[in-house]
Amino acid sequence: MAYTKRFDGRKADQMREVEAKVGVVPRADGSAMFKFGDTIAIAAVYGPRHLHPQFLQDPQQGIIRCSYDMISFSVTERKRPGPARRSQEISDVTARSLEPVLLLSQFPNTVIDVFINIVQADAGTRCAGINAASLALAHAGIPMTDLVGAISVGSLGGSVVVDLTKEEEDYEEDGEKAATDIPMAFTLRDKKISLLQLDGKVKPEDLKKAIEAGRKASEAIYEIQKEALRGLK
Amino acid sequence: MIKKQEFDEQPQEMDGGMDIHQDAGYEEKKERRIVVPGEVIATGQNFLPGENTKRDGQNIIATRFGLLDIEERLTKVIPLSGTYIPRRGNVVIGKVIDITYNGWLIDIDSPYSAFLPIIECKGFVSKKDDLSLIYNYGEMVIAKVLGVKGKGVDLTTRERGFHNLEEGMIVRVNSNKVPRVIGKQGSMVNLIKEYTGCNIVVGQNGLIWIKGENIESELLAREAIKMITEKSFVEGLTDKVKEFLEAKTKDK
Repeated sequence: MAYTKRFDGRKADQMREVEAKVGVVPRADGSAMFKFGDTIAIAAVYGPRHLHPQFLQDPQQGIIRCSYDMISFSVTERKRPGPARRSQEISDVTARSLEPVLLLSQFPNTVIDVFINIVQADAGTRCAGINAASLALAHAGIPMTDLVGAISVGSLGGSVVVDLTKEEEDYEEDGEKAATDIPMAFTLRDKKISLLQLDGKVKPEDLKKAIEAGRKASEAIYEIQKEALRGLK
Repeated sequence: MIKKQEFDEQPQEMDGGMDIHQDAGYEEKKERRIVVPGEVIATGQNFLPGENTKRDGQNIIATRFGLLDIEERLTKVIPLSGTYIPRRGNVVIGKVIDITYNGWLIDIDSPYSAFLPIIECKGFVSKKDDLSLIYNYGEMVIAKVLGVKGKGVDLTTRERGFHNLEEGMIVRVNSNKVPRVIGKQGSMVNLIKEYTGCNIVVGQNGLIWIKGENIESELLAREAIKMITEKSFVEGLTDKVKEFLEAKTKDK
């Protein structure tokens, strides 16, 4: 049985309801909220600021430090708070997906801290986190050449669908038809890939299809991000 | 590294004792468009990339979130947010956080720490003297940025008008709003001074020192500054602030 009709009735290339808001954390230098349906991420940016410990300082450019975490009540089963293997990995890939657009050479010896908290999770949390972080960095007045937009695309039941929910992520079918989640991030103006992760099995042609679907979805994310920033004055 | 020519600002006149405000170069003009980083703001070789913009092939893109300003061929983006990055010649207000054997470490609310060496202090001070008698821990100091080097900022208080602040209050605003608080050729800050009778020094790092005859006038000045930062891009703000101050001072 192929996966032709989605659980929540969306079209294959249709995202969940997306919402973005800038300036949600008053004490931060920049902050933003990003929502994919029931997934809500809040990002706060501090800096550029003095970097401690000193041996981490880079005299040629500033560094970006990301911290991703899910709040304990964000999932059905209580998540044990604090850093874990999974959140450390996601923090790292988030920093790497944002780095290409930042003009860090303007701030040598400093750090830009990005804190991402997932207050409600329903799959696609790292993508929501990257989107929120991109908005928060722009809001904090950090020089950057572009915004970054992330979207998770999945291959399941032999078809490629955009923005998976938790239910779809757990979809199981024999062999290659089981759900494969492919989170990806794009620089939004020139549509270059800045993050591409893949756990599971996917056919090469399906991966190409997934990237194209992600690129298309990122256009909608760009519009939402621009609108959120422009609404602020 | 920020380009050198951006640091070089016009040397300013130091006439009055307290009149050390720099002209912000701000002009009240038409409605400006908000741009986001990466947005194409002009196409073709007819335009030149200015502050916070960058050329990318045929396009000029914004590299910061802010208001777009195109003057003939020169495009630039006026930032709305961001931390203070010190530039040579800036007048700043800072707090003494440490005393070393040859000077003071000063917090100027920027990513880079600032240092005020004793030779840049008014008069002759020997290294054997007790430095805390000149500027003590926790004191606020008005100083000028002498230079910016990779890791730090050097300050000076040698010229007139630079000293420690003993009374009054400090207000903190975003450093990007400082040009509005000062106004065109100091018009805004002079307006507040005139109506409240307060002595005001605006540091380029966003710290503002207010000293008045009484606490009421200081609070009024603070309120006016808060109003400026909140409505920073409203047309004809100077007139609105004047109206506000007139209404407030009439009551008394």
